[in-house]
Amino acid sequence: MKHKEQNSSAASIMDAAAIRRALRRIAHEIIERNRHLANIVLAGIPSRGVEIARRIAAFIRGIEKAEVETGVIDVAMHRDDVGTRAELPVVRASKLPVPLEDRTVIIVDDVFYTGRTVRAAMDAINSFGRPARIQLAVLIDRGHRELPIRPDYVGKNLPTATHEQIQVRLQETDNEPDAVWLERE
Amino acid sequence: MTTRWTRKDLLGLRELSADEINFVLETADAFKQVGTREIKKVPALRGKTLVNFFVEPSTRTRTSFELAAFRLSADVINISATTSSLTKGETLKDTARNLEALHTDILVLRHSSAGAPQFLANRVRASVINAGDGAHEHPTQALLDLYTIRERRGKIAGLHVAIIGDVLFSRVARSNIFGLLKLGARVTLVGPSTLVPREFEKLGVEVSHKIEDVLPKADVVNLLRIQHERQRREYFPGLGEYIRLFGLTKERAKLLKPDCVIMHPGPINRGVEIDSDVADGLQSVILDQVTNGLAVRMAVLYLCGGIAT
Amino acid sequence: MRALIIRGGRVIDPANKRDEVGDLYIADGKIAEKSAIRNQKSEIEEIDARNLIVAPGLIDVHVHLREPGFSHKETIESGARAAAAGGFTTVVCMPNTSPTADNPSTIAWIKDRAAAAACVNVLPTGAISKNLAGEELAPIGSLAQAGVVAVTDDGQCVQNHEVMRRAVEYARMVGVPVLDHCQDYNLVGNGVVHEGYWSTLLGLPGWPAMGEEAMVMRNILLAELCDHHIHCQHVTTAGSVRLIREARARGVKISGEVCPHHIALTDEAIQNFDTNYKMNPPLRSPTDVDALLEGIADGTLSVLCSDHAPHADFEKEVEFDAAPFGIIGLETELGLFLDLLVHKHRKIDIARLIAMYTIEPAQLLRVDAGTLSVGARADVTLIDPELEWTVRVDQFQSASRNSPFDGWKIKGRAVRTIVGGETVWKL
Repeated sequence: MKHKEQNSSAASIMDAAAIRRALRRIAHEIIERNRHLANIVLAGIPSRGVEIARRIAAFIRGIEKAEVETGVIDVAMHRDDVGTRAELPVVRASKLPVPLEDRTVIIVDDVFYTGRTVRAAMDAINSFGRPARIQLAVLIDRGHRELPIRPDYVGKNLPTATHEQIQVRLQETDNEPDAVWLERE
Repeated sequence: MTTRWTRKDLLGLRELSADEINFVLETADAFKQVGTREIKKVPALRGKTLVNFFVEPSTRTRTSFELAAFRLSADVINISATTSSLTKGETLKDTARNLEALHTDILVLRHSSAGAPQFLANRVRASVINAGDGAHEHPTQALLDLYTIRERRGKIAGLHVAIIGDVLFSRVARSNIFGLLKLGARVTLVGPSTLVPREFEKLGVEVSHKIEDVLPKADVVNLLRIQHERQRREYFPGLGEYIRLFGLTKERAKLLKPDCVIMHPGPINRGVEIDSDVADGLQSVILDQVTNGLAVRMAVLYLCGGIAT
Repeated sequence: MRALIIRGGRVIDPANKRDEVGDLYIADGKIAEKSAIRNQKSEIEEIDARNLIVAPGLIDVHVHLREPGFSHKETIESGARAAAAGGFTTVVCMPNTSPTADNPSTIAWIKDRAAAAACVNVLPTGAISKNLAGEELAPIGSLAQAGVVAVTDDGQCVQNHEVMRRAVEYARMVGVPVLDHCQDYNLVGNGVVHEGYWSTLLGLPGWPAMGEEAMVMRNILLAELCDHHIHCQHVTTAGSVRLIREARARGVKISGEVCPHHIALTDEAIQNFDTNYKMNPPLRSPTDVDALLEGIADGTLSVLCSDHAPHADFEKEVEFDAAPFGIIGLETELGLFLDLLVHKHRKIDIARLIAMYTIEPAQLLRVDAGTLSVGARADVTLIDPELEWTVRVDQFQSASRNSPFDGWKIKGRAVRTIVGGETVWKL
């Protein structure tokens, strides 16, 4: 874990086992809260949200022997800060099953912070159609909301200061072992 | 994909790297998907003002840019040569400065003079997108051609692309040559010696004056519009002779490989550079080009218009 | 009586085959014997010319002073100041003014204006054809009487060979040489840059080398037919050099001049569409540049000049196709030629360079200038061939700024310009 070695002020928050437990718990909560699993779409926000959605779907399959659809919801073109950044976020194609009517779309992301990304994701979903409901699942909720949005499923609540940074690594997206840690600048 | 987009202007493909071209094509993938949604509009350029400044007539390119801008939620003004004050003697520079004083963010310029977009880009803060300048470049057309080839054939490197027709006066041809060569394609130019001079070989392409030799080997055939509305009498004797020597007739189309893709930037002269049945045939991707043009132009407007200036 | 002694310089006077370190004496505005100065009683001014070259006042046979008609680009007064700052004591101005210098009264106006305002000698040329239209002959005899040193349609080119033939015959009768801007309109069409790799790449209309060469060939045939001198202006192509070389070897009365931009730059410079690289004839290929250098080295091309063509910023700052042709050159040409021909490429020595700016043009135009003979008008240029300097267009005397050489570092320049014994400019 070269990051921790390089940065002495980094504090480990979750290791691979803790991440696995958190996502399995979220899978259980989704099963409990949603009567018809066939109506669910787990829509990940690229790139780690997509991987987290895939893992939650795998847990649901393992627990309930039921297939849950996954999708990709890219928010770059729905952001409200275009033109203020020197470097643009890379846009990727969104992929959602249509029609969305009567379906529950669960937005999945790694870190939940100001809420602006999720707002953009909801806008993006609405451009595909009108789902019956939208829910939100996140691995880490670090607080500091700027919009009235709250998550339905949380892997870990982690009160932070604004100058701190949450670092998430997943094997499939980062080619590094699963880990979450906190960095102070 | 590690490339970063840092350009405020898109002036031509000659200045882009292969990575940058691929970056635009991959961004266009995302925007093509938007066209399949129930609401085909995203807020990416909300609050931005785009001016379609067309000093040379064009309907399809202007419409494509206009629709691309609408789908990105930008506000659009169209100015054409007839309504612009250029006809009253105002210089291009002054016109552009006036547009800038109105807080234009993106200037899409079509102009009969090569280099006009570069001239403006050096003098205004707004993003300048070249929508075709003289016989120089037409970068968004070439990008949509590349996108369409990649979509149909899965790749561009290693393909043999024939560009047929009035190459000398064609900005579409030049941008295609630059883009195709950067992405590793082999390019053969076909046409009368007067419209496809040998000088082009120095650009790294092959030149042929015998269409029958090239058609059986081509993976892609890109037909250029023959501009018979302009004065070209000194370049070829007439349309009849052009069709006889270089037209993609039904008989000649039989020489093509079954998976060869037929492209045309439009508008088509049916029965001149391409037979009507061939234009509508299974190998033709002419309408895909139009659809992809929208996605590519959304990507270009998003990338150039989106970065902080 | 006033006297001036220029001491200790290397005096190069090609007309008299003089090249030695020594003093130059000037009295009453004329080159004088040492003895004439020794008897002087009144004030004697001395100039220390050690490490400098003392040359006959340089002549530029090809400038556009833009008056009458285009004084927003240049005036006879400002153009003359630019000439002085470039080391020139005599300039030959082209007739494409408004009104066109195709009539004696316009020539008289130019001469009056020059006498009143110009700090150097201004020699006008007259048009070959009325309004430079190439159709009817201008009154070449009256123009000669009014004092033109040559006739030319510069900027235009008489396309009709019959009209040109009669013009050359007529000019021979009245004793003025014919200067020709060699350009076949049909071949050149709407060309704005050299037809070649860069025009193909950039999609700019090409100006083929043959468009010049066809007219150079025409002029060679006419010079032979009419037994009269035709001078090809701003020669740019390898083919033109070859044609002129062969014709001169046969004794044909043909000559050619070179501008500095045509050897300092190639057509590659146009790739950013900067209109300060747009001129007519255009910047050519490296092969053509090499041929021009050889033509200068072997004497085929015998005259150096600027084709000083001022344009206002607002005129040049437009689309490439729409921009007027031409760049200013009076204040950079000597430095560029010294730097390129003498220092960098070593094609000619400095004495030959001075000859190409003095005795060669003086003989071409049959004018009394370009020597340091005793009794000649004291037009003198002091040159520091080793002085390194940086071109700054914002410091130019010219009223225009359209030069592609801004910021260039150049070795060699004029440091003092003396016209009729008076210093009109010094560094």
